[in-house]
Amino acid sequence: MKVISKLWIGIAVLIILTPLGLLLPGYFKAGSAWGEWGIGQIEVLAGYVPAGLQKLSSLYNAPLADYTFNGWEDKPLPYLGFSYIISAIAGILLIVLVVMLLGKIFLGKRKDQPV
Amino acid sequence: MHIPDGYLGAPTCGVFYVLMLPIWALASKIVKDTLKARQVPLLAIGAAFSFVIMMFNIPIPGGSTGHAVGGVLVAILLGPWAACIAITVALVIQALLFGDGGITALGANCFNMAFIMPFSGYYIYKAVSFKSAPGSNRRVIAAGVAGYLGINLAAFLTGVEFGIQPLLHHSASGQALYCPYGLNVSVPMMAGEHLFVFGWIEAIVTALVVKYLQKQSPELLH
Repeated sequence: MKVISKLWIGIAVLIILTPLGLLLPGYFKAGSAWGEWGIGQIEVLAGYVPAGLQKLSSLYNAPLADYTFNGWEDKPLPYLGFSYIISAIAGILLIVLVVMLLGKIFLGKRKDQPV
Repeated sequence: MHIPDGYLGAPTCGVFYVLMLPIWALASKIVKDTLKARQVPLLAIGAAFSFVIMMFNIPIPGGSTGHAVGGVLVAILLGPWAACIAITVALVIQALLFGDGGITALGANCFNMAFIMPFSGYYIYKAVSFKSAPGSNRRVIAAGVAGYLGINLAAFLTGVEFGIQPLLHHSASGQALYCPYGLNVSVPMMAGEHLFVFGWIEAIVTALVVKYLQKQSPELLH
């Protein structure tokens, strides 16, 4: 098997394991990364919500915010794990698409022999 | 290490976009001149790896989490310029699709994770490897050291970017407008977390994959 295929299998294994990135912090009751708190959390931590932060934080609503389907935020962990895996697949498919597009642009009409 | 929208004021966001523009332009030019068709799948794998490894949030005492970035590994595989492109793609998709990292802070996040991390890591790897054979243990150690230092440099910078906000922007009553924590909190927190935990994870991941590739496909290692 070509090493590229093996590396893709490695990525696939990582995708299946991504719910660990959700379950482990959940198990240890850990929250956001430092400096990545939501408005509610920051009010608890700092005692107030900085005015500019309040305004800018709602600037953009991502379609799969926090790697979770819209409206699933309060579902039990298995649901969140599932949306995590789907998010990983969606993200990686999009990445492959973008990189292939960039590759086309970068290579232009140049060709070399595939190895 | 993904700075969300609202934590950095407009001037800081602007400065990092302005810093990144020539870096992106130069990276595109260099990759355009040197890329071979067979390297495109590796570029995609690099971006995909960095994207997925960042989903592995690891809890630490104190209730915070963090993760490896894979930025140095991608640089060892692709060279720093192609790594810059690959990690930028991952960060843009994280911001746009998943709200992981802000749109306004994308310049800063790319500067930390798609520029400082792969470039510092790549040259540290080169320096520590020196003239050792591609299959040598010294290369594995070099990869680990580079991963550790690369993510720590990026984390330190992120801490500085957070920490200068209360100095730059505050109301008449002294309340911060953006990130509420100053350098005295943000730098020890960001640096500490990565010096003690996430740096080691980055080091282990980077070293293990290099060790694996030494056996499987040493020609992939820069």
